[in-house]
Amino acid sequence: MDFFNFFKSKKESSKDKAKERLQLVLIHDRANVSPEFLEMLKGEILEVLSKYVEINQEDFDVTLTSAPNEDGTREVPALVANIPIMQMKRPEEINNNRK
Amino acid sequence: MGEVIVITSGKGGVGKTTTTANVGTALSLLDKKVLLIDTDIGLRNLDVVLGLENRIVYDIVDVVEGTCRPNQAMIKDKRFENLYLIPAAQTRDKTSVNPEQMKILCEELKKEFDYIIMDCPAGIEQGFKNAIAGAQRAIVVTTPEVSAVRDADRIIGLLEANDVHNVRLIVNRLRVDMVKKGDMMNVDDILDILAVGLLGVVPDDEGIITSTNRGEPAVTDAKSLAGRAYRNIADRITGKEVPVMDLEKESGFINAVKNLFKKK
Repeated sequence: MDFFNFFKSKKESSKDKAKERLQLVLIHDRANVSPEFLEMLKGEILEVLSKYVEINQEDFDVTLTSAPNEDGTREVPALVANIPIMQMKRPEEINNNRK
Repeated sequence: MGEVIVITSGKGGVGKTTTTANVGTALSLLDKKVLLIDTDIGLRNLDVVLGLENRIVYDIVDVVEGTCRPNQAMIKDKRFENLYLIPAAQTRDKTSVNPEQMKILCEELKKEFDYIIMDCPAGIEQGFKNAIAGAQRAIVVTTPEVSAVRDADRIIGLLEANDVHNVRLIVNRLRVDMVKKGDMMNVDDILDILAVGLLGVVPDDEGIITSTNRGEPAVTDAKSLAGRAYRNIADRITGKEVPVMDLEKESGFINAVKNLFKKK
């Protein structure tokens, strides 16, 4: 390894940090997601899922974040939902709910 | 029929007015008839950057309100054939003009000029809406800093939403020494993030400050690297293909020459 690069590579350069932070903040800026929008989304997801499973509503959470795309070349927006399931519903219960 | 180009950035202090003055002057030196309009009502600056501050009689609000004809408000630059300025009003505010009025004015002035360049105020409110109302093209100016790039992204989105689809980017105040060390985002990093076409790269250059001190655009200074970058940008606006200059090589050479003289 190059002598100088050895010292350089120890620390991430500030421009890479800048780029990374920008990419993340722009995902939020571009998506223009308001807290109300996320609440609405959360409400409806909860409604649908509750037909099939019992969910711990207190710990249920949906957030907008970013993740690498398939080939790992860039960050793309991603919805991440944390859905703690307390219990699966029985088939007859589900059928009753659907009626 | 001429073209209306708005120079905008979102963030203040990235070099919109300097860019307007230099690109406008460079275009006039290419034998194009150019009108610069300062739309930053209340914070007039383009006049003083161009060195025309002592010749103002009427301003943009006078034109829009019909106090004078557009031709009466135009200051003809005596140093450059073909270069005209309509200054902003200093004692009024942005609400004195609305986008519809600006659109009508641009349509009328397009018949007379090859290029009408609007110097847009910082921000995304009324002043921005006035400045972009009549524009077919936009030049977004940014610097290699997170705040400026973020605002540029927002502005690009707003231009699209307002049907200005021909949008290109100028990366201003690039410091080659810092880019080399990995301490400043390079042009590719910025283009990666913003996904927009590049119009030009202007290096950080002390010559910009000294030429602005004198009220003489840097494009007239043959030695100024930034001046040369602006001349290239003007060429590209007219449709000529000019390669982006190799700043590393150029500034390396200029520094070498400077150091040579310093040592004496």
